[in-house]
Amino acid sequence: MKKQINLTKATKSTLITVGMVVVAYVILQILVGAGALSSLMKGLLVPLCIYAIMAVSLNLTVGILGELSLGHAGFMCVGAFTSAFFSLCFKETMAAGPRFLLAIIIGGAAAALSGLLIGIPVLRLKGDYLAIVTLAFGEIIKNIINVLYVGRDEAGFHFSMKDAFSMNMASDGQVLINGAQGITGTPNDSNFTIGAILLVLTLIIVLNLIHSRPGRAIMAIRDNRIAAESVGINITQFKLLAFSISAGLAGIGGVLYAHNLSILQAQPKNFGYNMSIMILVYVVLGGIGNIRGSVIASVILVLLPELMRQLNDYRMLIYSVVLIGMMIFNWSPKAKEFREKYSFKRLIAKKTEKEEA
Amino acid sequence: MSSFFSYLINGISLGSIYAIIALGYTMVYGIAKMLNFAHGDVIMVGSYMAFLAMGSLGLPPVLAVLLAVVVCTILGITIEKIAYKPLRKAPSLAVLITAIGVSYFLQNVALLAFSANTKMFTSVIKLPPIVLGDGSITISGETQVTIVACVIIMIVLTTFIKKTKAGQAMLAVSEDKGAAELMGVNVNGTISLTFAIGSALAAIAGVLLCSAYPTLNPYTGSMPGIKAFVAAVFGGIGSIPGAFVGGILLGVIENMSKAYISSQLSDAIVFTVLIIVLLVKPTGILGKKISEKV
Repeated sequence: MKKQINLTKATKSTLITVGMVVVAYVILQILVGAGALSSLMKGLLVPLCIYAIMAVSLNLTVGILGELSLGHAGFMCVGAFTSAFFSLCFKETMAAGPRFLLAIIIGGAAAALSGLLIGIPVLRLKGDYLAIVTLAFGEIIKNIINVLYVGRDEAGFHFSMKDAFSMNMASDGQVLINGAQGITGTPNDSNFTIGAILLVLTLIIVLNLIHSRPGRAIMAIRDNRIAAESVGINITQFKLLAFSISAGLAGIGGVLYAHNLSILQAQPKNFGYNMSIMILVYVVLGGIGNIRGSVIASVILVLLPELMRQLNDYRMLIYSVVLIGMMIFNWSPKAKEFREKYSFKRLIAKKTEKEEA
Repeated sequence: MSSFFSYLINGISLGSIYAIIALGYTMVYGIAKMLNFAHGDVIMVGSYMAFLAMGSLGLPPVLAVLLAVVVCTILGITIEKIAYKPLRKAPSLAVLITAIGVSYFLQNVALLAFSANTKMFTSVIKLPPIVLGDGSITISGETQVTIVACVIIMIVLTTFIKKTKAGQAMLAVSEDKGAAELMGVNVNGTISLTFAIGSALAAIAGVLLCSAYPTLNPYTGSMPGIKAFVAAVFGGIGSIPGAFVGGILLGVIENMSKAYISSQLSDAIVFTVLIIVLLVKPTGILGKKISEKV
């Protein structure tokens, strides 16, 4: 007897996306086992997961909530620094496994909380204002971390916003966060398996959210805020929900990032505006609102520049042209006309028309 | 006390530069309802043009500034025609992403053309400094020219908008694009004109900025650009006096926090002020409240 399995369209699409990641993971693990990957490529495996998580989480804000966030790297930064701080504090006193699990939870929660805090005031704003405020937030976080000094001695924790000496620590005190020098000596707990698991978790969280009742409410707000409000959807609540989940997932990306490096610094190139833009490029190229697309685009865009090193100087230039080109191709009236004229479906329809005649 | 005054004057000078840049943002936002992220990078292009004109071509400063203005005006119009015009009816998210793309494009072209090395910009201003209060306060030539230039630009621009036909057309388009078109206003021409004026102002701001802070690299424009946008939002985006007030206030806040709180945290303070202003009065100090229609 054949067992009937009825899957909804949504479940099927989720399964395909998750399955794709799992298959890619298995293939890559086999390649690593067989020694077929260069050390350069092996070094890219964890960043691959980080960027995919970042892109998926940003897509939740940009594609599903329909608000542009330019401070996604800021949330990543929050997650990275809180978790690295935690791991460093408990480096000797906890086993690696539970410590990293807790670090992930703490990093994600801290980022989600900062998303909530920044979201409460900011989500009342619309569109361009939101973009600029999230950008401002990212810069504020980066600036504050660069002047933050935290140390620990027998008496407990010491803080300073000036320099390491003004913390007045005992001579055996240990500097944990050293201003612009950042955090040194975070245990290297990240690996490809954990990265892949977190990516799958991120995908499941985001895809389930999209296909749930709150997810539909969020998309209704995106499509028409006033109409959504008039049918009784609580705009602020759902916006905050999406925004803080997005921030929390970015924080998890940050946790992975922090535990993949031995020195963690908040520099413009890793947590600045450029990083936020790069992730936005992944989202735009993968398709705004298309979660699977974000994963694929981030994988391609992380691997491609490494494979074509000679093009490295032109990478950002190509990205910018891609951004402009994609937008014009998608939205300009002429491009729309062109696409309708030469669309695949239409060509097929024409062909069958001819055959029938 | 005298140090307070010199901080204040330097703040006003920096604020004047922000105000000139913010004008470009505010005018474009008022008319095209879009955030022209590339505006900051037009500043950078303008500075490079002046730098090259003075350095390689050996032109006198006045001609160099003029060249920068001409190049930026053309650049502004070109950007509008190629990147923004096809997207008039697109959602604001698409336009914003395009603008970010243009900003990145300009930065990276500059990076390839002029390399990432920071160049030392020679000031275009050769005025002697004014010394006040027994030498305790000196106002440099750059500061004098910047403040005066900002005031002149404000006056000329306000008169232009109030008194000329083109200015009135700008107001009409920013009020209601459709109605303006029906009344025979050339909407596309007006938008191009706005971009041209904004970009020309960006060139002037770029030269003034690099004269006061003489380092020039492909990223020179991006931070002042963002801060000037903050200034525009601060004063109420779409409002020309707002850009002036916002710019000056922002410059003073930034310089004061640099002087009295922490130089590393000054950016953070500026952005915090922005967030607070938007919370209390989302349309900025002089902005109009616009209610959304269904």
